[in-house]
Amino acid sequence: MLRFVIRRLLLLVPILLGLSILVFAWIRALPGGPAEALLGERLTPESRQQIEEQYGLDDPVFVQYWRYLKTTVVDRDLGTSINTRRPVSEELKERFPATIELAVAAMLFAMVLGVPLGYVAAKRYGGPVDQASLVVSLLGVSMPIFFLAILLKYIFAIQLGLLPTVGRISVLIDIEHPTNFYVLDAIIAGDPEALWDVIKHLILPAIALGSIPLAIVARITRAATLDVQNEDYVRTARAKGLPPRIVDTRHIFRNALLPIATIIGLQTGLLLSGAVLTETVFAWPGMGTWLVEAIDNRNYPVLQGGILFVSLVFVLVNLLVDLSYALINPRIRVS
Amino acid sequence: MGKRRWLLLLVAACALALGGCGGDDGNDEGGGDGGGSGGTLVFAGASDPVVIDGALVSDGESIRVITQIFETLIGLKPGTTDLEPALATKWEIGPDAKTYTFTLRDGVKFHDGTDFNAEAVCFNFDRWYNFKGPLQSSSASYYWQSFFGGYAKNESEDLSPSLYKSCEAKDAKTAVITLTKPSASMLGALTQQAFSIASPKALEEFKADAGTVDEETGFRPTGTFGTEHPIGTGPFKFESWKRGDRLVLAKYDDYWGEKAKLDKVIIRPIADNAARLQALQNDEIQGYDLVEPQDVPTIEGDENLQILERPAFNVAYVTINQKQKPMDKLEVRQAVAYGLDREAVVNNFYGGRGVVAKEMMPPEVMGYADDVTEYKYDPDKAKSLLQKAGLTLPVPIDFWYPTDVSRPYMPDPKRNFEAFAASLNKSGFKVTPHSAPWSPDYLGRVDEGTAGHLNLIGWTGDFADPDNFIGVFFQSYSPQFGFRNPELFNLLDQGEAEPEEAKREDIYKQANRLIMDFLPAVPYAHSKPALGFRADVEGYEPSPTTNESFAPVSIGGGD
Repeated sequence: MLRFVIRRLLLLVPILLGLSILVFAWIRALPGGPAEALLGERLTPESRQQIEEQYGLDDPVFVQYWRYLKTTVVDRDLGTSINTRRPVSEELKERFPATIELAVAAMLFAMVLGVPLGYVAAKRYGGPVDQASLVVSLLGVSMPIFFLAILLKYIFAIQLGLLPTVGRISVLIDIEHPTNFYVLDAIIAGDPEALWDVIKHLILPAIALGSIPLAIVARITRAATLDVQNEDYVRTARAKGLPPRIVDTRHIFRNALLPIATIIGLQTGLLLSGAVLTETVFAWPGMGTWLVEAIDNRNYPVLQGGILFVSLVFVLVNLLVDLSYALINPRIRVS
Repeated sequence: MGKRRWLLLLVAACALALGGCGGDDGNDEGGGDGGGSGGTLVFAGASDPVVIDGALVSDGESIRVITQIFETLIGLKPGTTDLEPALATKWEIGPDAKTYTFTLRDGVKFHDGTDFNAEAVCFNFDRWYNFKGPLQSSSASYYWQSFFGGYAKNESEDLSPSLYKSCEAKDAKTAVITLTKPSASMLGALTQQAFSIASPKALEEFKADAGTVDEETGFRPTGTFGTEHPIGTGPFKFESWKRGDRLVLAKYDDYWGEKAKLDKVIIRPIADNAARLQALQNDEIQGYDLVEPQDVPTIEGDENLQILERPAFNVAYVTINQKQKPMDKLEVRQAVAYGLDREAVVNNFYGGRGVVAKEMMPPEVMGYADDVTEYKYDPDKAKSLLQKAGLTLPVPIDFWYPTDVSRPYMPDPKRNFEAFAASLNKSGFKVTPHSAPWSPDYLGRVDEGTAGHLNLIGWTGDFADPDNFIGVFFQSYSPQFGFRNPELFNLLDQGEAEPEEAKREDIYKQANRLIMDFLPAVPYAHSKPALGFRADVEGYEPSPTTNESFAPVSIGGGD
């Protein structure tokens, strides 16, 4: 088990190295550079030349890459954002918790609603719950997130006045942010009003973002449960006279969990790379908008540091998912 | 579980949700307590500011905050481009137009309690003049470069020798600025926030210019002046800043002038336009800038909201690149001018907020000439001009426009383009459309002169001086326009240096007439950007140069 984990972690090195080269080359292959974004209509050929010199962009690409590698690996410095002039690592420390919070909230929504929905749909195959789950899934998957988001805001915020439309916390509430996880910060500050406010700000974005994972989790749960239900060992368990509840939890659910865990893991990994549309509509200061703006601005250091980090997260999440198999299915532990 | 149990659970969940989310604490952030004073106003910007240090920024969001905290020697009458005293109460230009003597206002203190005086003024000017290294980049001290040219020690050969020579504190209330060449436009230039006066004590103590320079990591500021301690003399002082969340300004009780009515102004970054609109409708913000044209009717139709208009201070134009034949022929350029249906575009795609432009600067700016040659849409005239130039019709041309962008002077580039292309096609041309994303692709191309024969672009003025419009465009050769016209270049040089106001105005009027005859570009619109506010917000005065203070603003001041 330990060897398995170590081997996978060691694989990270070539993966990240290869990725860094790819990202580095790709963003420089895009036309234009940071000068246009920095100066807009005020751009002149002289000022562009000046900016390229300032950021070392007039050096050959492999010279730039070598410099980047040295700074990242030896100095452990991800560089400075061209647009904000702040260290990329500092911005990452602010942006990533925002994305994690949103992703966790969205997945919680998807799991808490999706798993029971899919499970019941499978157990009452063909019944009204099953039909309802189909409709919910189709809606979740087909409705564009930004449209759903605007709709949710219109109904619950503007019309009903129940929830806020933007941001992570009300600007009238002031708490310290030691962790940048606003839920945790509110708990640490011991401020129930702030905590409730933060949660209110999470509700609509989580629903909007979680709509697709909800649909997928529900369908996969349903399919997995249906599958397992008809296995021989379930029939045996029932024939043995085990109470239905035990059959359900120990045999059906536990075995259906494998594909469900896979999907949840993959979905979480995707969400952690930043949900651009949701973040844009809710003015949520996460990784998604950070990276997309960086692409438009040709903010090379942010792109290099940010994309690499996101890839790292994705690989680690997948590793965790693989490890969870061993937890769920004892047979995998042995191999 | 029984059906009943599910139903009960569902009802319970709904009850919890509706009950727990209180009645009116879901929205209504900010807002005043009636009576027109006190309270907090929340305003949404399009992004976070970069740094709160006028000398080192050129983005609108930084400048918006800087305008509240800092002041300049010379100010503008609210809503206009007329100069008025600010930190200086009087000024005199020496006969050689090289020395400017400023009499400074008495009894002004910085937010940290130190005195505002001539020494402080000279400290600031000398600071900018002595910028070194990455601070000399146009991505940092753009406005210094744009007006004064170079620095004490230029580190790049692209920088010209500085227009600035020295600043002398004759006594506590008199500062004399000496230039190396005569210049008549410094007064207007000094109204820009880039030339705000900051507390010398704070600049030094919080190391405003400090930073590490690393070839890989670039310039990384290490001081905290512009991020935690921006100390000026203005009606608001800096309280706190959490990026991505909010920047909080608090009323400065010892302000020398009319004190702020609000207790606090909070500026929060919301990048998406639809999100800003919904936040305004939900009273989570009480105002925002640059309302999209399609949202204007929504706001105007809502009795809880209002639209305020910023006076036009921009120009949208069609670049004519004379390096691309046959644009080097005057008749062809004239044909382009006659072939563009500018009225139709302005009437249809500017949401009622545009006027047709007949020259390359807005009417408010000094030097505007009423009697320039005008070109009314006339397809037949265009065709005959092309034939006179000896060309076979239709004349093929490449016409570029940007995508993914809405500019204040050009809210919908694609629609402008489609209408213009159609009218040109009727006027003896054959237009091949090209487009590219605004930044950096399109901007880069326009700047390099690789955006076809014609392209759509524009300009928003920085300060009220003709030099800031036609001087920027046509004072010297640029790849964008691709021409050399010594008469025009010299005329604009003259205008920049002429100290006598009346003579200067004449020179610029002449220049405008010359430009509209020579036709290096065809101007087509001046537009009035719109701001959206809650209906009960009063006292906000939009300014053509976005010198807009929150000091006179109040919320809910009675009926």
